[in-house]
Amino acid sequence: MTPQDLFQYLLRLGDNTLVLGHRTSEWCGTGPVLEEDIALANTALDLIGQTQMWLGYAGEVESEGRSADDLAMLRDVWDFRNVLLVEQPNGDFGQTMMRQFLFDLWHDLMLANLQKSADPRIAEIAEKASKEVRYHLERSTDTVVGLGDGSPESHRRMQAALNLLWPYVGELFVPDDIDAAAVAAGIGPDPAGIGAQYRNLADEVMARATLAIPSDPFAHKGGKSGFRHTEHLGHMLTEMQWLQRAYPGATW
Amino acid sequence: MYAQMIKSEATKEDPEKLAAFQARIDADDKIEPKDWMPLGYRKTLVRQIGQHAHSEIVGQLPEGNWVTRAPTLERKAILLAKVQDEAGHGLYLYCAAETLGVSRDELTEDLLSGKMKYSSIFNYPTLTWADMGAVGWLVDGAAIMNQVPLQRTSYGPYARAMVRICKEESFHQRQGYDIMMKMANGTSAQKRMAQDALNRFWYPALMMFGPSDKDSVHSEQSMAWKIKMNTNDELRQKFVDQTVPQAEYLGLTVPDPAVKWNDKTKRYDFSEPDWDEFFDVIKGNGPCNTERLAARNRAWDDGAWVRDGFLAHARKKAARRMAAE
Repeated sequence: MTPQDLFQYLLRLGDNTLVLGHRTSEWCGTGPVLEEDIALANTALDLIGQTQMWLGYAGEVESEGRSADDLAMLRDVWDFRNVLLVEQPNGDFGQTMMRQFLFDLWHDLMLANLQKSADPRIAEIAEKASKEVRYHLERSTDTVVGLGDGSPESHRRMQAALNLLWPYVGELFVPDDIDAAAVAAGIGPDPAGIGAQYRNLADEVMARATLAIPSDPFAHKGGKSGFRHTEHLGHMLTEMQWLQRAYPGATW
Repeated sequence: MYAQMIKSEATKEDPEKLAAFQARIDADDKIEPKDWMPLGYRKTLVRQIGQHAHSEIVGQLPEGNWVTRAPTLERKAILLAKVQDEAGHGLYLYCAAETLGVSRDELTEDLLSGKMKYSSIFNYPTLTWADMGAVGWLVDGAAIMNQVPLQRTSYGPYARAMVRICKEESFHQRQGYDIMMKMANGTSAQKRMAQDALNRFWYPALMMFGPSDKDSVHSEQSMAWKIKMNTNDELRQKFVDQTVPQAEYLGLTVPDPAVKWNDKTKRYDFSEPDWDEFFDVIKGNGPCNTERLAARNRAWDDGAWVRDGFLAHARKKAARRMAAE
């Protein structure tokens, strides 16, 4: 795998956690119940911590002197490599937790594979992150099941969230040249291979949640390649990067 | 402490029981939930612990205002950890209040209706990143000043909650001061931001200790019960004595020309805050009272379907378990 490809590969991992961590942090202090406020902050904190590791390593691989902060705060939309799913707005609590579940399920499978990576640094980060993500998945699964199989209102909202977000799931499993290079080098798994496992587990959880996965296989894409993000990402970056952009060169 | 103007209840119970109770307090015994206690003691504590809990919850908002704009990943992580701690403090305190026979939901309803108060400091806006520094340094600093003695307060569950809270608060204060250091040693814009934050938070921080002792009704009974450990003015003086040298070290100017070391008293002289402003904020006329309460109400209302949904799920699960048995 060339350093350029590895750099892109790490950006994908780090941008997913950065963008989802940021989205989750937008909930700060406004959750439906105190325990959820704590859990949301905790999830955001874990994801930001993982971002520091992934983007920190990405910066080293790139060897142009960019730190994790430089990568997070000073790139524009087209240089971000996160999947479209994670940049979707929070919506209500159900939508936030459905997005979290759909991502966590992939994240957990991905990290299980990355722990076996031929790149020891990736294996090490994946091992650390997977402990946190296990808990994220447990919690988001319980939430999706609890609210899906809850009141008529909570069921309706969770089904609406699933319908809205499912078209963003497919992108996680579409392989490209960078994935192929990662597979060839023993660095990461074939995304399509994870797809089948993901679908089985998602079916099982959605059955318990009494929710129906949409039958239309259509999948939006363009985040992972950076070719075409949604309009939401730019607004998120405007807020997230504001201080670094407004006061260039300052240390904080 | 994030409790201010706590009205202490007079008590009309059996004088013998009251005397025995007071003797336990005087002997530094801890009062536990199942022990006999005067109704006034119970009511005053519910008010104080409840107000403290509410302050932790509302206190998430002015900092949450900057979580999404934190300048680096590390600062974002630290701020998130701090806000998470605050939610945790709210949780312990609501639990401590529950041991006195009031539920978290009841207390929450009283906060949302405006019947119960939270610390007025959270009715001030956070306008720049330096405010995250000033809040940690000054607001958490003032809170610690009050909370450290409360670790010895007479009510066991409250004292124990305070021990845990104090450990985390001192980390909060340090991170706040660290932000101020970076700003004060940074670019000229950062220095301006730091000075501006100090200018806006100095007097509100002094107000956190409550009105002057001469105007502070209800203090005496609370002090006798060891629910309140020091007078407002004692703590305010201690805070000024600690904070002025810290401001000097940062190269910032405390926005009070009367601040001066007094060789006779061995303490700093300083000006009283504008108490009219203090009472205005308590009455609901602070810069952010309306927004803060609206934000809490919105979160609670928007979350109603979630709480109902989880409850419905728990009932279904229990019914299924019963049917299976």
